[in-house]
Amino acid sequence: MNQIPRSGLAFQESQPARATGLLASLHLDLPLLTGLLLLAGVGLLILYSAGDQNMELIQRQSVRLGLAFCAMAVLAQIHPDNLRRWSPWLFLIGLAMLVAVILVGETGKGAQRWLDLGFFRFQPSEMLKLALPMVIAWYLAEKRLPPKNSRLLVAGMITVVPVLLIAKQPDLGTALLVASAGIFALFLAGISWRLIAMLGVLMAALGPAVWYLMRDYQRQRVLTFLNPENDPLGAGYHIIQSKIAIGSGGVNGKGWLNGTQSHLEFLPERHTDFIFAVISEEFGLVGVLALLGLYLFIILRGLFIASQAQDTYSRLLSGSLTLVFFVYLFVNTGMVTGLLPVVGVPLPLISYGGTSLVTILAGFGILMSIHTHRKLLPT
Amino acid sequence: MNQQISIKNYLRESQLFLGRAIAASAIVIILLLILAGRLVYLQVQSHHHYKTLSQDNRVKIEPLPPTRGLIFDRHGQVLAQNLPAYSLEIIPEKAGDLAVTIQALSKIIRIEADDVQRFHKLRKQRRRFDSIPLRVRLSAEEVARIAVNRHRFPGVDVKAKLLREYPYKDKTAHLLGYVARISEEELLTIDASNYSGTSYIGKNGVEKTYEELLHGQVGLQQVEVNAKGRVLRVLEDQDPLPGHNLHLFLDTQMQMTALEALGEYNGAVAAIDTQTGGVLTLVSKPGFDPNLFVEGISSSAYRVLNESIDKPLFNRAIRGQYPPGSTVKPFIGLAGLELGMVEFHQETYCPGYYQLPGKEHKYRDWKKWGHGEVGMAKAIIESCDVYYYELARTLGIDRMHSFLTGFGFGERSGIDLKGELQGLLPSREWKRANRREPWYPGETLIVGIGQGYFLSTPLQLAVATATLANQGRRIRPRVVASIERPDGTHVPTSLKISELSQADPLHWEEVRTAMIDVVEDLRGTAKRIQTDAYRIAGKTGTAQVFTVKQEEEYDEETVEKHKRDHALFIAFAPVDQPRIAVAVIVENGGHGGAVAAPIARKVLDQYLLGDSS
Repeated sequence: MNQIPRSGLAFQESQPARATGLLASLHLDLPLLTGLLLLAGVGLLILYSAGDQNMELIQRQSVRLGLAFCAMAVLAQIHPDNLRRWSPWLFLIGLAMLVAVILVGETGKGAQRWLDLGFFRFQPSEMLKLALPMVIAWYLAEKRLPPKNSRLLVAGMITVVPVLLIAKQPDLGTALLVASAGIFALFLAGISWRLIAMLGVLMAALGPAVWYLMRDYQRQRVLTFLNPENDPLGAGYHIIQSKIAIGSGGVNGKGWLNGTQSHLEFLPERHTDFIFAVISEEFGLVGVLALLGLYLFIILRGLFIASQAQDTYSRLLSGSLTLVFFVYLFVNTGMVTGLLPVVGVPLPLISYGGTSLVTILAGFGILMSIHTHRKLLPT
Repeated sequence: MNQQISIKNYLRESQLFLGRAIAASAIVIILLLILAGRLVYLQVQSHHHYKTLSQDNRVKIEPLPPTRGLIFDRHGQVLAQNLPAYSLEIIPEKAGDLAVTIQALSKIIRIEADDVQRFHKLRKQRRRFDSIPLRVRLSAEEVARIAVNRHRFPGVDVKAKLLREYPYKDKTAHLLGYVARISEEELLTIDASNYSGTSYIGKNGVEKTYEELLHGQVGLQQVEVNAKGRVLRVLEDQDPLPGHNLHLFLDTQMQMTALEALGEYNGAVAAIDTQTGGVLTLVSKPGFDPNLFVEGISSSAYRVLNESIDKPLFNRAIRGQYPPGSTVKPFIGLAGLELGMVEFHQETYCPGYYQLPGKEHKYRDWKKWGHGEVGMAKAIIESCDVYYYELARTLGIDRMHSFLTGFGFGERSGIDLKGELQGLLPSREWKRANRREPWYPGETLIVGIGQGYFLSTPLQLAVATATLANQGRRIRPRVVASIERPDGTHVPTSLKISELSQADPLHWEEVRTAMIDVVEDLRGTAKRIQTDAYRIAGKTGTAQVFTVKQEEEYDEETVEKHKRDHALFIAFAPVDQPRIAVAVIVENGGHGGAVAAPIARKVLDQYLLGDSS
């Protein structure tokens, strides 16, 4: 993979698009913005159905979306160089807060995730979703790539510490997302395929140890994933009802607002983690494939922006953020369709809830900043 | 040079990254294709399977219970109806801590210990997701209070349903019976699918006998339910077929008259239409309020009823077995005449007691100093025992048994009520089988005056009297006159007659004359009920509750009330064209003529004269 480029093709294509004058001056990327707005709009439409046409729900989600898009716009204004300088500090602050959560955190739903800052409650693990890829990118960008093994080890350590802290809360979903952010940064930095294969084997070998460390409810989820029919009224209920919702949707779906599984309340968590099943039920295969197409567009645009970035830090960060977005999508849809065990990861930009929304759009703000602050390079 | 390396590195890194980005894109696309494959599998390949499951989730078949048939008396008065009532029900599975829930509910509406006890009793019999009533017959205010607080109580709901109601309460309780919750034994005998929406079943009386007709056919509806089982809308339905209405022969007014006439006494009155066998009055006093049983009677209320010395739950009219006493005298007299054992005017001397040849034991007459020379007429009019001791001895137990059987003694009358008892018409065979003893001649004598082993129900006496009035045509008594189908057509119940073989008109006439004189003769034991409006033929009776020892005397004043004799009276009227036969038993009432006969007269008046009396 260490091929020398034969032409400067990549540079020539990377001329900033000047046609979008206003957006460019706002440091926003039109294709990405269009995709995200479209997704948010579709999300509200589906939420209207999944939330039993509760306008209050729509209003609250709209406010959150507005705030999250603002956060995106704000981050887009910050120059990547500044972001890079802040990276280690942001990471350290995030780490400190994670420790604080474990010491003095608020408990909700059997897990300690929240930090009460007086005026608002804050989930430090969300911050790590941005801070971790930033610090890995910052660390790896200091030396030439691909990184040496010693640096890989340090980068691995940087990843593992916050992941373990988050897993201990316990918040498996976020731990997974944060871990993947670190892993993607390493992957994009070019660690050898052989090492990746070795790590894969190691992971498989560590499986039993992970099983031993897991809490009962987490083990239950895995068991339920392996055979949901085992416990149809208990832990398997979610996945069985979700599959019924998806399967009964068929090719064309039951129509908007006509999903029986969701509206008759058979489907649990239908406006949050299981909203994908509502989409599948009401819009059928055609609808979900269209939605997945929209996600794919956003992801490919993100990877394109990464490939166009002008420095290692920007490349690693934007690539990693984009791939985390994909992990959101795949873990959620995999769970809802019964491909993966139940892990509490929302469907990005569609599931009801504000915390991840802000993080995700802030991430896209960083991407836009990276894309719109490029300098014309000397050829 | 440095610049050169930097640019070279830059290109290298950029190229490396591009490779990785492409690899990542490929992985993303592959994983999304796997996901799409999964979706195709679920939504196309398995669509049918999941569509069925979704349909099963959504659609439930619910039974629609039929409306129970109404019961009317002969004048169209409603005796049993269905009234809407609100009850507070709890689904234990959804209510959480039941004790806490009930405690909190008791602060909103009145809930008594009995309600809670009954709730727990029902709860044990039923499934956790069944709705179980805690309080029944809520007032409008209580319904409103619960509605306001409902959000605090998951699994608690107010249900409206039709409850069986008996407006005449205790006055018709024994005759109609009542409906109550289906017991486990009953579940085994009924068609479970037809009762799938019904929680009540006839437990007694007409309600039980005609259960099948009253119940009707269950309907079905397909409903859409949500995950909590709440019905959202009806998709399809098949209406239930309501139960048949029943029209009884019963005259509620007569029933009330009879009860009123019994006054303080316990007892029974049976009156039947001699032409149709229709039961005009069937009273057992005391009664009980059948409405208590409909929603499940509390155990304390049940205990009161069950342990009462007056036995209000006991249907004396068809299950009370009393010695018929002297009321059998006309029948045994007729047996003597028909079988040629005695002539109507043939006289016997009554010294006040009777002795079997060669025996010491004295069989007493109620009249200590005797009736003197007695023929059959006088023996019936004055109720001479000695005459009947002699006649019984002449007839013998075998002939008495076979003749009296023809009047329905010792047999169930076949009335359309469950639980009728057959009384006891003793015979040699019966005694051998049941007492493992031979028949003694002395026992024949006391059967001749309707005592000893001889037992009869009030209904049996009324049927026998009607048979006498009809000169041998024995008609099966029936409560229900006609059955009204849901389409409004009436189907009358059938008349069943069994003819008595012996039928010499002269003998019937002789016995009838004597019975008329029981009421009309100056020495008649029931002369006080004589009326100018119509003519009555009757016979008094007194049944001993306990045996007076040989040398003791029975003194009504000194004997405890519950050991006093039962007073009996049988009658039919009008004598020329009998329309009604009546039998009255007044427990511990003393002499039949004084207590029972006036009650019969009031019942007859009510029927024959109507309100003009």
